Amino acid sequence: MAQKAIREYDAKSILARHWDKYFPDFTYSYETVMVQNGAELKEAAKENSWLNEKTLVAKPDMLFGKRGKNGLVLFKDQKPGDVSLEKAASWIDEKSSSKQEVFFAFDGDEPTGEPSIDMLTHFLVEPFMPHTQEEEYYVSATCVGDNDVIYMSAEGGMEVEEGWDEKVTEVSFPITATEDEIAEAIRANVPADVADADKANFAEFCIGFFKAYRELNFAYLEINPFVLQGNKVELLDMVAKLDDTAGFMMVNEWGDVEYPTSFGMENKSAEEEAVELADSKTGASLKLTILKPEARIWTMVAGGGASVVYADTIADMAGIDDLANYGEYSGGPTTGETKFYAETLFDLMTREKDAQGRGKVLIIGGAIANFTDVAKTFTGIIQAFENYQDKLKEVGVKIYVRRGGPNYEKGLKDIKEAADRMGLYIEVYGPETHVTDIVRMALEK
Amino acid sequence: MDRLYTKETQAIFWNNNKTAIQRMLDYDYTIKREKPSVAAIVAPTSSNKFEKFFYGPDEVMIPLFKKTAEAKEAQPQADVLLNFASFRTAYEVTMEALEIGGFSSMMITAEGIPERLARKMNQTAREKNVTVIGPATVGAITPGAFKVANIGGTITNIVNSKLHRAGSCGLVTRSGGLFNELSNIISINADGIAEGVAIGGDRFVGSVFIDNLLRMEKNPDVKYMILLGEVGGTEEYKVIEAIKNGQITKPVIAWCIGTIAKHYDSGVQFGHAGASANGEMETAEYKNNAMKEAGINVPDSFNDLPAMINKVFTELNLAKIPEPEMNTVPASRRSKEFICTISDDRGEECTYAGFPISSVATPATGKGIGDVISLLWFKKQYPKWATEFIETVIKTVADHGPAVSGAHNAKVTARAGKSVVESLVTGLLTIGPRFGGAIDGAAEHFKYADDNNLSPKEFLSHMKKQGIPIPGIGHRIKSLKNPDLRVTGLMNFAAENFPATPLLDYARTVEALTTSKKENLILNVDGTIGILMVDMWRALGYEEDEINEFIASGTLNAFFIVGRSIGFIGHVLDEKRLAMPMYRHPMDDILYDVQQAEEI
Repeated sequence: MAQKAIREYDAKSILARHWDKYFPDFTYSYETVMVQNGAELKEAAKENSWLNEKTLVAKPDMLFGKRGKNGLVLFKDQKPGDVSLEKAASWIDEKSSSKQEVFFAFDGDEPTGEPSIDMLTHFLVEPFMPHTQEEEYYVSATCVGDNDVIYMSAEGGMEVEEGWDEKVTEVSFPITATEDEIAEAIRANVPADVADADKANFAEFCIGFFKAYRELNFAYLEINPFVLQGNKVELLDMVAKLDDTAGFMMVNEWGDVEYPTSFGMENKSAEEEAVELADSKTGASLKLTILKPEARIWTMVAGGGASVVYADTIADMAGIDDLANYGEYSGGPTTGETKFYAETLFDLMTREKDAQGRGKVLIIGGAIANFTDVAKTFTGIIQAFENYQDKLKEVGVKIYVRRGGPNYEKGLKDIKEAADRMGLYIEVYGPETHVTDIVRMALEK
Repeated sequence: MDRLYTKETQAIFWNNNKTAIQRMLDYDYTIKREKPSVAAIVAPTSSNKFEKFFYGPDEVMIPLFKKTAEAKEAQPQADVLLNFASFRTAYEVTMEALEIGGFSSMMITAEGIPERLARKMNQTAREKNVTVIGPATVGAITPGAFKVANIGGTITNIVNSKLHRAGSCGLVTRSGGLFNELSNIISINADGIAEGVAIGGDRFVGSVFIDNLLRMEKNPDVKYMILLGEVGGTEEYKVIEAIKNGQITKPVIAWCIGTIAKHYDSGVQFGHAGASANGEMETAEYKNNAMKEAGINVPDSFNDLPAMINKVFTELNLAKIPEPEMNTVPASRRSKEFICTISDDRGEECTYAGFPISSVATPATGKGIGDVISLLWFKKQYPKWATEFIETVIKTVADHGPAVSGAHNAKVTARAGKSVVESLVTGLLTIGPRFGGAIDGAAEHFKYADDNNLSPKEFLSHMKKQGIPIPGIGHRIKSLKNPDLRVTGLMNFAAENFPATPLLDYARTVEALTTSKKENLILNVDGTIGILMVDMWRALGYEEDEINEFIASGTLNAFFIVGRSIGFIGHVLDEKRLAMPMYRHPMDDILYDVQQAEEI
């Protein structure tokens, strides 16, 4: 996936690092720390004196919004703006000690839908910023269709989200728009209800913001709200996604940025992480998502498109309860890479027998390859068979193969001979058989 | 443009991807194209000038260039760029080619180009009316005319899937692997495809479904179209719109893969980077239903797609497409170890650059050794003044007496009882930077000074900084007052016969400065030859970098080698004739200064 969400802390850090380039006329204190528990916060206070000197705000920094409505923003102990370091530390320890319920959608103040339940592990702590509602503004930018769009509003916080259509001014720019064109259009479209005294500053800030969004390869960037006090800016809340394909150009610009898993989403398994690591080291493509490890149909499919078609067909014919994984290998992986990928799958699928006592199915599928050498990749699969033949037999795996492309005759012949020699159940088909027909055959058995 | 490619289309292939290019040439041979579909290869880090490929059983050479601009200049008719650069450089390669201009379409294979760069590249191409296929694609094909790189896979598969001749389907897919699969399905259930494009799997691709379908609507070879979409994005709705407003009238069959995505939350990425639904409208199911409602032929599942194709095709009741004759690519081929581009002894009579020996050998032909050199060294027929100049040079350098190192060596070897060839070779082996090399050096340095518009004074100080005495300047005894008549002869010949002598004119201004410092710092015979050779090539229309290459490859030295061989052989024969005994150098002519070696 090209667009990846980053933590609010990282978003602020990236802007702070390039502040003078994009916002030369504004100041930003960049007083913000990210910690995982109270002790870390106290440790951070040794280097950041403001943590002792100012009253604080603390909130989780885990990619989800609506933290206020979820009751997860600490800004008062007895009264708003009186949170001490000690209080913040104990609050963080309390919130991170057990799983928390978080709702992603609200109707007014009422949560809707099912909550996600997970541990809170990362918290952002910043100074409490007294300011008036009038000083709060909203700005965001993203790509819509072929254009970049900036959204600006004189009202920040929850107000803007609840009255989007009336309160937000949007300006759209083609990718080829020049800085002058952008600056001019933003200045001409400052929302009418921005205070007159702030209008010029608001426009300049938004121009810098949009320039940063473009040049730093953000896919999405939102500050809601930011506070303008003359030339002093505070970024109260930020959401950001990066286009991670630009990572190779942005090594210095982004610094050490992390792409965390969303709150409530299961962390990747060791196997998925191993495949991801292998994928990052090869020019070929290796992808694995484990959907339901106890399910009985496993797929090892070549090609991004074909893998989707197999998943569609299995869902249609058997239902998703039987589908254990989604994944693909493509782009001419080596024999060794294919062996590693196959062994990862075989290991996962042979850990348990089917709960209902049925056999398991392994679909070694693929369309007609353009350039991947079928015999070479199948050699990798055969080597994996050698190592896992006993386990595959133990859980009763039936193997269905369908593939075409360079050297496919040899590949199909080799895999059939190898499986027969090892006593594995196998059926092998070439391009004369419709690509997904082996799913039907497997299910009819 | 109603067709993406024709049988005349030629491409510039960026990156020397030999397997993919060979596949293109195998395809060309199979379908009997007249010219190879790859006209040039851009290989920025290669120092080779061409790459060999098989064309059927034979081999052809495709020129290699370091820069796209050079390739385009050499092959201006090649209007397709096949950009096989990595995701790091693909953007720059595309933008540069757009800047150069003259391309009608570009295919970009890299996956994962930064989105902002991909958007900019696609937009710029759109503004310049250039069709972009990709990024993240295996390409496109017009069966029977032109095939991009690896699309269609092996030649066997291509013939099996009837991709060697135009059928009647226009095919557009996102996926490259499924493109191949569909070609196969279409060949089984219909009569093959007329044009096919895999638009690419990245989120931002250049030409989208509608761009390609609108072109196919105009293409008379296309009778119906198949669209294979994917979960994610809203491009299919543009197709629905075009059908509703009558821009597309040919029958369309369509299916969006990724119906499974609805069962999982957005955390599972199915298929390509572009395949992620933002909202219900972008789900495969929703798009399939919408297309069905718009009158598109949508099957119930991917498994039912073949039957749907068969049904639509049968209803069209098209005339049967004749099967054209094909060439068969030999199963095994051997690459040739050597290449010869100057002479050919395979016919009745051996030829020098296409001219039978008898047509240049006898006096009646009016040809001299200068003509033979121009044919065998430069593969050109030089005009009379140039061949005569070459002969003048050879005659001028033929000998310079017995004392010069080469002649001395040859004589000593001959006296040791060695043969003509052995003695000659020992003489030739002394030719280099110090002996005879002034010709090369003079050409190189004077040309450098002239190319860089150095005044004589600047040139002198430049050479001084380099710590090199100016090659081609200075004579042991001759001066302006007592000129070297060989030099005078060469200069007079040039003045009478050369169209112009810009470098010599420049060298004379340098000589004026050097002789003002010291009488004997004249332009000597080596210098004059080197400089006039450059003037000769300039007058013959060679580019400056071609001349630089002649200098760098030692061509000037070669004139000296040929000429002086005549003199060396003379000295060797002289020794043989005189039956001179073994030579031993007199000991009193050697300074002995030998100390005992220290222990270390």
